[in-house]
Amino acid sequence: MKLLTHNMLECHIKGVTNKYPFKVEAEEMENCECEFNPDFLRRMYPKLDWKALKETADELKIEGLPESVSEEMLKGDESFLRAFHHALLEVEVQEGALICPETGRRFPITKGIPNLLLNEDEC
Amino acid sequence: MGRSGDRPEHTAPPDVFYDDVEARKYTTNSRIMNIQTQLTERAMELLALPEDGQPRLLLDLGCGSGLSGETLTERGHYWTGFDISMSMLEVAKERETEGDLCRKDLGQGLGLRPGCYDGAISISALQWLCNAETSQQNPKLRLKCLFDSLYKCLARGARAVFQMYPENAVQAEMITVTAMKSGFTGGVVVDFPQSSKAKKHYLVLMTSSAGVPQLPQALEDEHMGQVKVYERTSAKGKRRKDGGHGGHGGSKRHPQAKGRDWILKKKALRRKRGYMDVQPDTKYTGRKRRNLSNF
Repeated sequence: MKLLTHNMLECHIKGVTNKYPFKVEAEEMENCECEFNPDFLRRMYPKLDWKALKETADELKIEGLPESVSEEMLKGDESFLRAFHHALLEVEVQEGALICPETGRRFPITKGIPNLLLNEDEC
Repeated sequence: MGRSGDRPEHTAPPDVFYDDVEARKYTTNSRIMNIQTQLTERAMELLALPEDGQPRLLLDLGCGSGLSGETLTERGHYWTGFDISMSMLEVAKERETEGDLCRKDLGQGLGLRPGCYDGAISISALQWLCNAETSQQNPKLRLKCLFDSLYKCLARGARAVFQMYPENAVQAEMITVTAMKSGFTGGVVVDFPQSSKAKKHYLVLMTSSAGVPQLPQALEDEHMGQVKVYERTSAKGKRRKDGGHGGHGGSKRHPQAKGRDWILKKKALRRKRGYMDVQPDTKYTGRKRRNLSNF
């Protein structure tokens, strides 16, 4: 699971109000190289929850993300864009779990695929 | 997909049916792979993303082994894939698809933040939601859950295209009506309606609020005429012959209203809004009742 996906996912257990973001428990991480595409980063930035991305990156010890991002950085700061790209698209959590911030329910991640199936009493 | 006995969704739930053996077919069988690619290409055409060369973030609902996703990657888009079958997802991982994968039951809702995705495609997945696998499951509620959460997570103006195999017209209608209730506009595009083999249904859903965009044209064989695009407002909603009924009808209190024409108009409007309980228009529509007090 990439952090891009983590940034989009919210917990969909019925009745949960504090559903974002999932806490990530990472036992195994992998670096999967992927083509650098600044256009995509610029398009995605306004849609991302930067705070959640930054916090998760910090927890997973991914370095290089600033607290806040300015227009200029998005336009031409190559080193920032590289770090952004790396955190968003290259780091993949292979084994671990996603944890609902309200109920503490664990959704296991195996082989890089989070299992977000709900039990019948949760939906 | 001719006889109903051929429908895999009647044999087992999707997470059971798509086991390791079935999943393997999607990487070794070139016929299946070809069909999947064709369906995806057509779905992308109907999705009608702006052609500005910008990479977009898309959803692949029921992504399976990632065959449809590969077409998205080829076009330079990023995607997230959801599927319920772990075997299929593992095959997708092995194939090193670019998109990110999650195991999810679409009928439980997508659980995505609002307005993030630029579009969604789904190839041959929707009909799986129309069957109840346990006594707790209600296909209508599951569809509603999917469409509600999909409407939420799409950016305004984005579209979703579902290629599907509806069992019959009633099922197609049920799916479309459910989608409309979640706020979408659009309808079903049927490609090659005359051919039982090549016939393909695409549910095209649009989120744009400005104006009513036109449903795309269906494909047809060159020598076969007539394109069948049924929109929610067409066919049944059309008013019957108008002549002859203008004179009588209408009450004293509302001289212009409540004649046959008025009733037909109201019924057409209700149909357009997706109500299923509207009586058909017949010669009895809007006729005066016999005076029963004489009996």
